[in-house]
Amino acid sequence: MTAPLLSVKNLTIDYIGETDDFRAVDNVSFDVAPGEVFGLAGESGCGKSTIAFAISRLHKPPALIRKESAILLDGRNVLDLDQHGLADFRWREVAMVFQSAMNSLNPVLRIEQQFYDVLKTHKGMSRAAARDRTAEMLKLVDISPDRMRDYPHQFSGGMRQRIVIAICLALDPRLIVMDEPTTALDVVVQREILQRINELRRKLGFAVLFITHDLGLMVQFCDRIGIMLGGKLVEQGTADAIYRTPEHDYTKKLWASFPSLHGGVLR
Amino acid sequence: MTGTSAPILTLDKVSKTFGNGPNAVRAARAISFSLHAGRALAVVGESGSGKTTCARIAMREYEPSEGRLLYKGKPVDNAGAKEIADYRRSVQMIFQDPFASLNPAHTIAYHLKRPLMLHRPELKGAAITEEIKALLKQVKLDPDIVASRYPHELSGGQRQRVNIARALAAKPEVIVADEPTSMLDVSVRLGVLNLLSEMKREMNLGLLYITHDIATARYVAEDIAVMYAGQIVEWGNTGKVIDNPAHPYTKLLLSAVPDPDIRFDDPNAQVSATEADETRRRSAATQETIREVEPDHFVRAA
Amino acid sequence: MKKSSFPLIRNRKAMVGALIVAFILAVAIAAPLLTSYDPSARVGRPHQAPSWDHWLGTTRIGQDVFARLLYGARTSLAVGFGAGLLITAVGTALGIIAGYRGGKVDEVISFFTNMVLVVPNLPLLLVLAAFIGQASPWVIALILGCTSWAWGARVTRAETLSVKQKDYVKSAEMMGEPRWRIMSFEIFPNLISIVGINFIGSVIFAIITQATLEFLGLGDPKVVSWGTMLYGAQKASALSVGAWWDILTPCFALAFLGIGLSLLNFAVDEIANPRLRTGNRLGRWQALIRSGEGRL
Repeated sequence: MTAPLLSVKNLTIDYIGETDDFRAVDNVSFDVAPGEVFGLAGESGCGKSTIAFAISRLHKPPALIRKESAILLDGRNVLDLDQHGLADFRWREVAMVFQSAMNSLNPVLRIEQQFYDVLKTHKGMSRAAARDRTAEMLKLVDISPDRMRDYPHQFSGGMRQRIVIAICLALDPRLIVMDEPTTALDVVVQREILQRINELRRKLGFAVLFITHDLGLMVQFCDRIGIMLGGKLVEQGTADAIYRTPEHDYTKKLWASFPSLHGGVLR
Repeated sequence: MTGTSAPILTLDKVSKTFGNGPNAVRAARAISFSLHAGRALAVVGESGSGKTTCARIAMREYEPSEGRLLYKGKPVDNAGAKEIADYRRSVQMIFQDPFASLNPAHTIAYHLKRPLMLHRPELKGAAITEEIKALLKQVKLDPDIVASRYPHELSGGQRQRVNIARALAAKPEVIVADEPTSMLDVSVRLGVLNLLSEMKREMNLGLLYITHDIATARYVAEDIAVMYAGQIVEWGNTGKVIDNPAHPYTKLLLSAVPDPDIRFDDPNAQVSATEADETRRRSAATQETIREVEPDHFVRAA
Repeated sequence: MKKSSFPLIRNRKAMVGALIVAFILAVAIAAPLLTSYDPSARVGRPHQAPSWDHWLGTTRIGQDVFARLLYGARTSLAVGFGAGLLITAVGTALGIIAGYRGGKVDEVISFFTNMVLVVPNLPLLLVLAAFIGQASPWVIALILGCTSWAWGARVTRAETLSVKQKDYVKSAEMMGEPRWRIMSFEIFPNLISIVGINFIGSVIFAIITQATLEFLGLGDPKVVSWGTMLYGAQKASALSVGAWWDILTPCFALAFLGIGLSLLNFAVDEIANPRLRTGNRLGRWQALIRSGEGRL
């Protein structure tokens, strides 16, 4: 059993109010192996996005990560990193695709420039080298490199999402965190994009933390799945086990919420 | 569409174009369907397919550029004020966003009182309060708790139930539900869909169910129409269309629906991007010929 | 909106502002109980310094300044709130109608609004007041009401345009609600906070502008108001002869009322837009960070 790439231990995150606190994440622990796709499933308010933000250290006050929490990437605790360490860590070790990633592209910058910003900042690449790398990454996500000098609004929603993914992959990160990356997209586009990501992870070897509420999709895409409810991780297991032999009542309830194409519900 | 009773609402070769000249958008092209009492029709399509435009035309928010909207067999466009008022009562809409469809300044009781005041003139005084309670009970909400609350005090699922109660208050014959569950949490969706089906049966309503989720179409509707780029490309009995799809776009849509039995790595399950693009290109072209695949199952010849 | 009454009480700015305004209002109403002097009558020697007989001294013609302060409050408040109400009513009505109806109605109202907006307010008021001669406070209030509604109309129209798009308005339209009901009961209740801000802002504007007009001599000097007090003190060169109580009394009174109303205004603004809230609500969070209980 190889050492895990990402190891979340006893993660507890509170939102501190004026009189009382809200526990968004309650003592969650799980591991993600190198090259694995780990899915975090749950409905709104279960804490899955909070965990995603914590891994990239993106939280702002009043969020508070309790002292017993640890997020280990290759053994190093991400929570201990200082500003300098974080700059190295972001994009190069961990990249993040947000829910409204289509809107996280700067509308006034050409795509080429957005790649260059990332490549220059984190790897000090020259313009020429950045251009080559950009072309390479765009081809990986089925976008013609000729469109490098276009603006984001000239692409469809699905294509913008693919561009964001390409930027994420540009620095060869070990882990990509995806927070509902395809929820706002049509189902065919969603399938095309996720299929592509699956091929790329087999080829390039990065791991994926995939956050969504669509259980059926997760069983298709993920190797292992964790189910979250009210900040707690209530069940964890292989995709197959979660599908065929769910144990927790909430997991069963979730399965019963998805109608099947062939009549009735999925499980 | 088989329907033993006469259709209540019909779209007859309806087209809708927005704008003029070369940038005109043909949101709907030659759409024809009917709604019958006690039956649900699911209009399924992705964003930009024209399904919401159809709903808005049915609600008379847009006027068709071509074709006619028929209510109980008679065209709506030259209807008098009395017939328009009757239409307004008879065709009710449930919106997608449970947060935006209730006025934050008013209580739930107020929201239910208005349609009663407008469309049920026979109710007066205490009868109105009684009817509000009855409506809330019908949608499985406790009137003593919910009636005096404000929308922000209710959950998304509860708000959508209030929306359904509001639609039912006018004693309609048709309900147009535009993606009624897509903004709700997964575990409450089926509850709301079950409620819609129950109301359809109990009150013999015609239900127009707009969605992008074809699996829920099977759950809710006897009839289905699959739309792409403004056209209905395949339609008929829901089970037959889903089990035996004839149009390439329908096949593409069905293959993309998450099926936990099939892993992405499975080579047989791949959705090829180039084939998908080709299918989309062919499906966007106007197709006039209609072919019967089997009884109650039709497709536009691609 | 029921839920806003609590924040209004909990918000410290609102409390202080409301207390100030309430205090001035109470004092104005209770004027006959607090002083026995007639504010217009000559009751003492000219320019007497503050003493036990005359708490704030006397004016150039021997009137009791304290009495004038209390009775003057009545006029200033009445004109202020009266004009403020008129300004807000006209502006809100025109704004909602223009925003909701759209089309030709909107074009006509907006054109008219822009015209009124473009004309400089104070010069217009000066010309009108001079034309009318010694304008009584009520005439001033009317002039203010008819000329100052344009900004409020624009803001209300913009907000209406955004509320009009909401599903609940569409739902009311599809239900067959008459247009006037939609504007009054569906749209207007959601504009309460900007109408509130508009109102308080208009009151402040009306009070200050009325005082300005009277100070410049365009008001009726026989009326007792804070503005005419300023006029009288200025004409008597109160400051240069050392009668500081004569001119500073109305100055501070106006400033005090202005502060109270402005605090109320900030509070309504904050309630409407929670992101504007100042003040440290992160006290507990900072304490926990310092004690090492957690981190970001």
